[in-house]
Amino acid sequence: MNFELTEEQAMLRNMVKEFADEVIAPRAGEIDRTGEFPVDIVKKLAELDLLGLPFPEKYGGAGGDTVSYAIAVEEISRACASTGITYAAHISLGCSPFYLFGTEEQKQKYLVPLAKGEYMGAFGLTEPNAGSDAGGTQTHAVQDGDEWVINGSKIFITNAGYAGTVVITAVTDKSKGTCGITNFIIPRGTPGFTVGKEFDKMGLRGSNTVPLYFDNVRVPKENILGTPGQGFKQFLEVLDGGRISIGAMSLGIAQACLDASLQYARERKQFGQSISKFQAIQFKLADMAMHIELARLMIWKAAWLKDNKKNFSKEAAYAKLFASEIAAKAATEAVQIHGGYGYMKEYPVERFYRDVKLCEIGEGTSEVQRIVIARLLGC
Amino acid sequence: MKILVLMKQTFDTETKISLDANGKIDEAGVNFVVNPYCEFAVEEALRIKERLGAGEVTVLSVGPERAETSIRQCLAMGADKGVLVNTGGLEGGDEFTTAQIVAKAIEKVEYDIILAGFQAVDDGSAQVAPRVAELLGIPQVTVITKLELEDGKAIATREIDDGVEIIEVALPAIFTAQQGLAEPRYPSMKGIMQAKKKPMERYSLADLGLDAGLVGTDGAKVKIVELSLPTPRKGGKIVEGEPAEAAQKVVQLLRSEAKVI
Repeated sequence: MNFELTEEQAMLRNMVKEFADEVIAPRAGEIDRTGEFPVDIVKKLAELDLLGLPFPEKYGGAGGDTVSYAIAVEEISRACASTGITYAAHISLGCSPFYLFGTEEQKQKYLVPLAKGEYMGAFGLTEPNAGSDAGGTQTHAVQDGDEWVINGSKIFITNAGYAGTVVITAVTDKSKGTCGITNFIIPRGTPGFTVGKEFDKMGLRGSNTVPLYFDNVRVPKENILGTPGQGFKQFLEVLDGGRISIGAMSLGIAQACLDASLQYARERKQFGQSISKFQAIQFKLADMAMHIELARLMIWKAAWLKDNKKNFSKEAAYAKLFASEIAAKAATEAVQIHGGYGYMKEYPVERFYRDVKLCEIGEGTSEVQRIVIARLLGC
Repeated sequence: MKILVLMKQTFDTETKISLDANGKIDEAGVNFVVNPYCEFAVEEALRIKERLGAGEVTVLSVGPERAETSIRQCLAMGADKGVLVNTGGLEGGDEFTTAQIVAKAIEKVEYDIILAGFQAVDDGSAQVAPRVAELLGIPQVTVITKLELEDGKAIATREIDDGVEIIEVALPAIFTAQQGLAEPRYPSMKGIMQAKKKPMERYSLADLGLDAGLVGTDGAKVKIVELSLPTPRKGGKIVEGEPAEAAQKVVQLLRSEAKVI
């Protein structure tokens, strides 16, 4: 057993940490306030080869591993969770489906520009009536000669407003249930495909979250991702990988909560001494630090399992569930430690408190994670 | 153009320095980085190569085995090749002996120009690169903030009191970097992945034909007698009361207690 990062992982961690502290963090407050998508930062992430980090060089990536990817997501999210989810969704949801299931031609055509960061990627799964119950998908596709005609809509789709292509799930054979779902590649600008108005969110306000509408959208049969009828299986696998990244995003927010709280507790004086001298505060900080370390171990283990081609579904669910819940708790305690100041926008913990909630909802709610784990236990 | 960069690995500037039982700097748990001034030199070297569209950047460091991680960091930024003179276990060296090791190692390297940080943030002596220039018998321009290359010569801008000095010098020459020369880039992920595959030459002192005694304690011109940490700053004093009243009190204290006015 070896708990040491490799030389590359350590170097990557230093690089992203510095970049996050120097370039992203100073912008985080403004990104939250204005809700503007940080196009310039995303461009810089592309220049650092981070937007294709875990994919091979032949597909435009940097040939890094999942552990490195988790580290990058954590460090970016620590500075700005909006940028963190933008980054994580681009790789885990935008790029991964092509890498995992695309034909060689599809990889060259779609994954290469995505990994190079020429535009963002997005994955359209959630619908107004299909959230946790993804089998309830209503968007459907009907074959017409060599083409498929798609009708329906998607909601809460991350990055889609800046995406060059989106992959969406659609029912192709209702009689087959979950085996009748197929994933389609929809390039931006395809007639009948429109991106709706951005949602007004509680947190992660700088990330792009939009609805998608499909009105008789015609795509050639080459735009089926991989094998027809495999859509359900495909997105389950995509979400497995995505869980590691949402875990890492949660971890980044939790670390930011601890950093801010520790600093504040040392500086804030009440009853003649720093509040960090009071056990009531110390216990909160100790719990935060312990939870963070444990979450990091679980995330890195899940990533390591994935890198070593071992089963990681259960561990990814552990990682996502644990990290998101301890992060939410860390944010609550961070605000509490800051007291009245924590409730003000002047301090960043107020933003962490709003940003973190999504981590318990997106890419499978906490409840769904528990179901996934229970099923993997044999329930 | 063959560009050689002399690089020193130093403590991370955010490290809290502590002394061990023997009165030496405790390296346990310390993060080591490329000396920030050397980073400017590496960046300038990469920019020269990029401007010319050709060339090779070699990074040379003298230090213990761990210095390799900092050479790799420079390779990740885009340098082509590393040279490590492993001085592991060597004790008591100073700027004089270090310059001798560097000069000897440079015999193994081809160069048209040499860049270095003007000083290291640890001991801040700013001596090694100028001494190397003397040993090599080539010109040196120190503390530069701008460098332009022309056929066989260079025009460097260096900081002096109350202004700048512009110096033209024939190549090869050594230039030492001041902040402002070139803001270092972040290594890219691809750069990081390639760093391990790039060539790294390693030499021991014996490989360079050097006697460890003569470039260590016995050869050094300067001996460190004692290291001590700066006395911790005492906490400030807050003077309470109405602003006008408090200001009066502060002035009084500055006079009577601090004795600074």
